[in-house]
Amino acid sequence: MPTMNMIRALNSALDVKLGQDPDTLIFGQDVGYFGGVFRVTDGLQKKHGLKRCFDAPISEGGIIATAIGMGAFGLRPIAEIQFADYILPALDQLVSEAARLRYRSNGEFWAPITVRSPYGGGIFGGQTHSQSPEAIFAHITGLKTVIPSNPYDAKGLLLAAIEDDDPVIVLEPKRLYNGPFDGRHDQTLETWAGVPEAEVPEGHYTVPLGKAAVVREGRQATVLAYGTMVHVAKAGIEESGVDAELLDLRSIVPLDIETIVASVTKTGRCVILHEASRFGGFGGELSALVQERCFWALKSPVQRVAGWDTPYPHAFEWDYFPGPGRLAAALRRAMED
Amino acid sequence: MANLPPLSLHIPEPSARPGEQSGVAAVQLPEPGETRRPDTLAVEADMRDLPFGLIRVLDDQGVAVGPWIPSVSPDLLRHGLRSMMLTRIFDDRLFRAHRQGKTSFYMKSTGEEAIGAAQSMVLGGGDMCFPTYRVMSWLHARGYPLTEMVNQVFSNEKDPLKGRQLPILYSARAYGFYSLSGNVGSRFGHAVGWAMASAYKGDDKIALAYIGEGTTAEGDFHEALTFASVYHAPCILCVTNNQWAISSYSGIAGGDETTFAAKAIAYGIPGLRVDGNDFLAVWAATEWAAERARSNKGATLIELYTYRAAGHSTSDDPTKYRPADEPEAWPLGDPIERLKQHLITLREWDEDRHAMLADELDQLVRVAVKEAEAVGTLGKSKPPVSEMFEGVFKEPDWRVIEQRRELGV
Ligand SMILES: Cc1ncc(C[n+]2csc(CCOP(=O)(O)OP(=O)(O)O)c2C)c(N)n1
Repeated sequence: MPTMNMIRALNSALDVKLGQDPDTLIFGQDVGYFGGVFRVTDGLQKKHGLKRCFDAPISEGGIIATAIGMGAFGLRPIAEIQFADYILPALDQLVSEAARLRYRSNGEFWAPITVRSPYGGGIFGGQTHSQSPEAIFAHITGLKTVIPSNPYDAKGLLLAAIEDDDPVIVLEPKRLYNGPFDGRHDQTLETWAGVPEAEVPEGHYTVPLGKAAVVREGRQATVLAYGTMVHVAKAGIEESGVDAELLDLRSIVPLDIETIVASVTKTGRCVILHEASRFGGFGGELSALVQERCFWALKSPVQRVAGWDTPYPHAFEWDYFPGPGRLAAALRRAMED
Repeated sequence: MANLPPLSLHIPEPSARPGEQSGVAAVQLPEPGETRRPDTLAVEADMRDLPFGLIRVLDDQGVAVGPWIPSVSPDLLRHGLRSMMLTRIFDDRLFRAHRQGKTSFYMKSTGEEAIGAAQSMVLGGGDMCFPTYRVMSWLHARGYPLTEMVNQVFSNEKDPLKGRQLPILYSARAYGFYSLSGNVGSRFGHAVGWAMASAYKGDDKIALAYIGEGTTAEGDFHEALTFASVYHAPCILCVTNNQWAISSYSGIAGGDETTFAAKAIAYGIPGLRVDGNDFLAVWAATEWAAERARSNKGATLIELYTYRAAGHSTSDDPTKYRPADEPEAWPLGDPIERLKQHLITLREWDEDRHAMLADELDQLVRVAVKEAEAVGTLGKSKPPVSEMFEGVFKEPDWRVIEQRRELGV
């Protein structure tokens, strides 16, 4: 099986789908001839033709609006928004349109669109190339949000998203595109070579939406994470010495509540880790769910480790980015209580 | 209906790609001096030809011709030339600093230096510019301290924006330069609101905003034009049409169908199309629009027709998507060379003085970079970490206070 980095795995998913289904097409800023600023659509226009993968005007609202129209007609458009920070100009199209078209038309129209977008920090991208907006989408009923943490999942989840009949946002952790990253920024860069999750089949397969993965089994605490933070969590758990179970949620809507409840019920402790700022972040929802469903099993308060409640500051990348040390401290705190 | 050919989807494509001959040299352009100059108080309905002309003052020999020749003293012209040269030297030096790992990111405005330089000199100290990342000649023309600029690019301890912003996303209120942000287009409407406020207060200040031609696709552009039109906002709305938006040519923003200046027609405001590489033309058109705005006649849309001679940013390699010879083939030349030529034809400049000035500016930039390096480059020096938490609100709320404590800063 070939080893692929996350960019190649995503490219392979798109290639497979364009080859299989003439009703899929890709559009977004710089995705056509150039192949995308992160190279995810590299070669697809050349291979599949101009109208299967083409450049879009710099109008995120326009991109999502036209994707919805194409989807309503019967296509399966795959839109790229160049950075997740720039989904915000399209928010009304996602919230009031894509998410509700099926409901309000009683199933006459729907929007089977996929929106791919690189998200997250760790690349010195400053305030508007680093954000993690997943909580905003999770709050909107009718939108699904998927966040892979490795190449194998990235391809399988993207294919599942494209084949899903509802709107799905695929947030791609840009810091993981070329290799795993555990938050230890002063160590040498790793690539995906030799990592088992980077063994990616060439052909078609899916990873179902709404199924968390147990990345590490443990008895003393449960860590909930997704995207880049899965790798940070692995390092943080090691650093803490706590025998923690690590769940990679993979999709936050639909959410695999069963796996979460089973794990926390077993361990009795829960620490939630995300890169987005903390207040109103998705960790708040997870914390409430765990508290509601596992209250009698909990031995200590649920802890949240997250970005600070500030914009993402350029010079302070590593002061902002929640690294393994902060997770380890939270795990130790959870054990003390 | 059955006999019609089936519909087909049109996807625009540029005239040439890498390995092909660029088509830019063959673009049909009006001659210098050809486009007429209406009175600044003229009725918009009588100027709807202007968006399809091209205001050009300097001819191929560097001689000023036609109805748009502005009256600018040789001293001011020399200042304009100096500002453009400084911008280019600064850009080249800081681009190299990025390659040497001293910062995370940089963007040059090579070939577009006339725009910010001329416009900042035409507008007054109290007027406000709402910039893009590609008009840094505005700051250079107004004498923004070079060392502070480099400190910002290095996000070091003396960064005037306290390490909170990406390199070159400056904010410089005292220089009439509004706060930049990484998301494109979203300040275009701020300029209109600022101008409306000035009118509301009976003040005399006007606003000037920039947007790239690619970004005219955003709703922000059309919203701003609507408000400017409705309220006769005293502002100058500028599209810098440098032909490329990262890898997308101007056709992806609708440039194959009409001119960007012609968007003004639908809003009932004047639209001027100007050679953006001609310092005198930019000067004259801006002066015209400013006079109109100050006479309570409202907004003007100016398309500055230019060419992005360098890559989009330090992350970009333009030879991947456009012919390598295209910058050379650009028919409207280099704004610095053209103003230099003009000054020489006026006998106000010569090659020796030009070379001396280039050396002097090079030295200034060197010193500024040295001073900033002494403070520190990215990752080697930064403002106190407490600055991360400052300025979220005017008064910090409990979250910020608690989190600062948690981080111990
Ligand atoms: C809202 C938003 N969408 C997308 C981007 C990514 N992006 C940065 S610059 C750019 C191209 C802008 O082109 P143009 O407006 O023509 O200006 P130029 O860079 O050519 O000066 C894009 C797409 C962004 N910064 N903000």
